[in-house]
Amino acid sequence: MALLSVQNIWKSFGSVEVLKDISLDIDSGEFLVLVGPSGCGKSTLLNLIAGLERITAGDIVIDGRRINDVSPKDRDIAMVFQSYALYPSMNVRKNISFGLETRKVPAAEIRETVQRVAEQLQIEDLLHRKPSQLSGGQRQRVAMGRALARDPSIFLFDEPLSNLDAKLRVEMRTEIKLLHQRIDATIVYVTHDQVEAMTLADRIAVMKDGTIQQFDSPQQVYDNPVNRFVAGFMGSPSMNFVQCRVVRQGAGCALLLDTGEGNAHTIPVGGEERRLDQWIEREVTLGIRPEQISGGSMNGREGSPVHELKSRVRVVEPTGADTLVCVLINGREVICRVRPEEAKGPGDVMTLMIDMSKAVVFNPETGERIV
Amino acid sequence: MNEERLPLLSRPPQEIAVRVVVYGVLILVAIYFLIPLIVMILTSVKTMADIRSGNLISWPREITFDAWKEAWGTACIGVACSGVKGYFWNSIRIVVPAVVISTMIGAVNGYVFSKWRFRGSEVIFASLLIGCFIPFQVILLPMARTLGALGLSQSITGLVIVHIVYGLAFTTLFFRNYYVTIPDDLIKAARIDGAGFFRIFWKILLPLSTPIFVVCIIWQTTQIWNDFLFGVVFSAGDSQPITVALNNLVNTSTGVKKYNVDMAAAIIAALPTLFVYFVAGKYFLRGLTAGSVKG
Repeated sequence: MALLSVQNIWKSFGSVEVLKDISLDIDSGEFLVLVGPSGCGKSTLLNLIAGLERITAGDIVIDGRRINDVSPKDRDIAMVFQSYALYPSMNVRKNISFGLETRKVPAAEIRETVQRVAEQLQIEDLLHRKPSQLSGGQRQRVAMGRALARDPSIFLFDEPLSNLDAKLRVEMRTEIKLLHQRIDATIVYVTHDQVEAMTLADRIAVMKDGTIQQFDSPQQVYDNPVNRFVAGFMGSPSMNFVQCRVVRQGAGCALLLDTGEGNAHTIPVGGEERRLDQWIEREVTLGIRPEQISGGSMNGREGSPVHELKSRVRVVEPTGADTLVCVLINGREVICRVRPEEAKGPGDVMTLMIDMSKAVVFNPETGERIV
Repeated sequence: MNEERLPLLSRPPQEIAVRVVVYGVLILVAIYFLIPLIVMILTSVKTMADIRSGNLISWPREITFDAWKEAWGTACIGVACSGVKGYFWNSIRIVVPAVVISTMIGAVNGYVFSKWRFRGSEVIFASLLIGCFIPFQVILLPMARTLGALGLSQSITGLVIVHIVYGLAFTTLFFRNYYVTIPDDLIKAARIDGAGFFRIFWKILLPLSTPIFVVCIIWQTTQIWNDFLFGVVFSAGDSQPITVALNNLVNTSTGVKKYNVDMAAAIIAALPTLFVYFVAGKYFLRGLTAGSVKG
């Protein structure tokens, strides 16, 4: 039985529908990430789970108990906010113990809990300080400590790393992951950063405009996006989208790719299932990730999914580990990830290897995936 | 403010001229405002003979505090001849409860309007705001009838109630504007921690509220102590505040008008608000421009 079950949730603010028929389940110990652009409803969903907003329709069930009308303090949840929300007039110790004191937990147990939590997060030296005397990372830890002290069944994180600088963000991300492994916590985590989503989640729910676009493991969402939005949202640099014409090639279909250097290339696609048959002589959107277009040379195997293209380089962006090369295919800019030593300069013609095994094809109007 | 500051006389002539003009204007304006106070102080320490023979700003021939003693303890106001001390205490008995109660209720109101929005709360808040703009005179008659119906007319309790009700509009506004600067996430975190309405107010918001409390107390104290209109309408005889008593003192004379006593009484009436200004004035400005804390 799932620990948390969100069943057909609808939420409106007045006449504005913010969440539309959302359903998902998480099991105990799972790390679920809600990811999506601003305004997609992910924070609202988190607030509904926490009990800070009222549900318009649908049910939320925690541990078999329907908690729609249960107040936040009785839901056995703890929340970490983007702004940390530490009580400014209290020191760290009191911030962590505030919830316990409100529940009339005995003083000895409070002391012990605060000590344990402080050791776990390495903030024992900070217990007497006020929030204004802490750095951003320390405040974040105290906010997590406050949540840990409650020992809830579910932890809710609302974009906790957004206020930190880039380097700290990476460190804290690892800490959160370690915490999850150490105490086997059940976590619902909201972020707009897809890198955080990929690195932290057991499962990701990609949201847009109040609906869940795809709910799957990180690798599945990355490799098998269900529509163009998910494909473009996950991955950095993002997937390349190229409009191509479908032509018949032998028994199957192929896409026409014109790089402006000589002939147009026809690249077979569609595999055995022949799903592109209805699209012959029409345009589709090809989605291919930068890392699937690399430098190097062909070994010339027939039937291999790797094909060779020549194109003129427009922009070169070295990132250290790889170099991102921007070329034109079918008039669109396409980013390719090549090894630094293979990259040519701007204006030069470069030979690229395009690996079609992981390419995806979308309906250009609806964005739904065809292949 | 980063340039080197040369001594005044070494700077270019236009700068010197501008400075002279600016300072000159400021000094003139300051004198204009201070002259009444200087006249009052000088007159209050002169004897009547001195006043008659000298002019407004002449220095006293001998400094005596007899007028002060008389103003405090023996001057005749109406038919009673025991000075202003009784009325001074009346004012204190009016100001202290009125300030405390209107501030506390204003704090809770501000808390509700900023953090616990409910249906219709904006409408109620707007109508409360109108109270800030209603002239005192408009509510005199209705208030007099209400107090009469409650059996509180012409009493200190009645006057205190009037000041509380009238002050609520301002105090609610002050606190509400202050509390909206406190992040809502703080309230959410406290709700998840299990705190209810009053625990959140007591433990989380109040400790952050010192600046606005100071503002409110200073504002209310000054408004209520200096008030004349409500005092003269809603009290009578022994229950009058010092502002009304001062007016009566000046109008009560059996022959000779004792200017030195009148001046001394006026200064006594003004002392508390002057005291509040000197002690807490800079906190007033600081409190008005303070936000609460971040994060």
